[in-house]
Amino acid sequence: MSSVRVLVGTRKGAFILTSDGRRERWEVSGPHFGGWEIYHFKGSPADPQRLYASQTSGWFGQVIQRSSDGGKSWEAVGNKFLYDGATGTHQWYDGTPHPWEFARVWHLEPSAADPDTVYAGVEDAALFRTTDGGQTWAELPGLRTHASAPSWQPGAGGMCLHTIVLDPKQPGRIFVAISAAGAFRSDDDGRTWRPINRGLRSEGIPDPTAEVGHCVHRIAMHRSRPGVLFMQKHWDVMRSDDAGESWREVSGNLPSDFGFPIDVHAHEPETIYVVPIKSDSEHYPPDGRLRVYRSRSGGDEWEPLTNGLPQRHCYVNVLRDAMAVDALDPCGIYFGTTGGQVYASADAGDRWKPIVRDLPSVVSVEVQTLP
Amino acid sequence: MSATVRVVLPAHLRTLARVDGEVKVEVAGPVTLRAVLDALEATYPMLRGTIRDQVTQNRRAFLRFFACEQDLSHQSPDAALPATVAAGSEPLLVVGAMAGG
Repeated sequence: MSSVRVLVGTRKGAFILTSDGRRERWEVSGPHFGGWEIYHFKGSPADPQRLYASQTSGWFGQVIQRSSDGGKSWEAVGNKFLYDGATGTHQWYDGTPHPWEFARVWHLEPSAADPDTVYAGVEDAALFRTTDGGQTWAELPGLRTHASAPSWQPGAGGMCLHTIVLDPKQPGRIFVAISAAGAFRSDDDGRTWRPINRGLRSEGIPDPTAEVGHCVHRIAMHRSRPGVLFMQKHWDVMRSDDAGESWREVSGNLPSDFGFPIDVHAHEPETIYVVPIKSDSEHYPPDGRLRVYRSRSGGDEWEPLTNGLPQRHCYVNVLRDAMAVDALDPCGIYFGTTGGQVYASADAGDRWKPIVRDLPSVVSVEVQTLP
Repeated sequence: MSATVRVVLPAHLRTLARVDGEVKVEVAGPVTLRAVLDALEATYPMLRGTIRDQVTQNRRAFLRFFACEQDLSHQSPDAALPATVAAGSEPLLVVGAMAGG
């Protein structure tokens, strides 16, 4: 019988939640790396026993942890993220030029083909890659040196490259998203990049339809249809049917189109999930009711999913990397909250249960479906 | 001739380096902060970047270096450490700022 391993990164350590395919009883392991922020924690599709974690601390900086036995043991690997060549400047909050400075790794995206190859999205925004299991990291500098980069500005959380989507069908095609520069695509394995923000509209920038400057929060794709992308932007849920060449809004009847995560059902490419949050300053669900919204039509028409979720006095947030799906049938959906709960649904969102209720604030959730 | 220098690390770095209590490093030549940290990172490579920046070699902002009841954080990394540290009778303390969240 298949099993599921949920990898949870929190503000104070990593946790591993495991269950058999019924997804009813869970074992909890952790905290691993207690006291450290785990910005992201993800397994290799090519070797599920190979896990990578981004471990950071305001005191001690960046550490990358690697496991080759599914999280039973760990090894600190390379943590030298050196920008390639002259760093140049981006805009600071006050509009002055500010040199690129490495702060932390926000997202680790292991290759589907090779357990030793991993892409890392960092703050200040840049893309790195290792091909030796994390021992050494090399920047793909074409993104940071894009002609628009001197105009990029940080979002409130820093100027972070937080989303990396690897196209499973077109080798060398990579999508990334940066707060607050927008979405970018490479078709040559990260050598050159171009913005893909046509159709986005952001009222918080001088030109609402500018080529760059949009605060894209998250991009999701179904691997059977990599040309179709879904985006949760600072405000607005968006969809592209041409690999990002153009976008249209699909917020439809959502109670708020602000939010962070967006994800796609494992077997239904038109079924997508978001967690509406009231606004950019409030960062909690409307009416104190935690509702996942599901669209079975690829957007525009949304239904609230509430069974098992708190429907009063709930003021948590769900961060951009804190939602994931498994590959079982029916598809399992998982998300973690800033209040430390990790919720799971074993029936595509119809009913929810907390796996754990009292973890530190959850930053990231990833799921592995094991044979 | 080399010196054996005692170093006390903060708890999180002891965990990362998989050591208990204080560590001892062998320093060849003048016993300076830079020489001690070089020796420490050579013995425990996982500590690279956690005490000083990998590129600039500057001390991380929320760490301090104490010894013999003195704050040595702001002295040159190439200045000699106190003789008692070089002699191994006093440890070099790597201390995390008393701040958190």
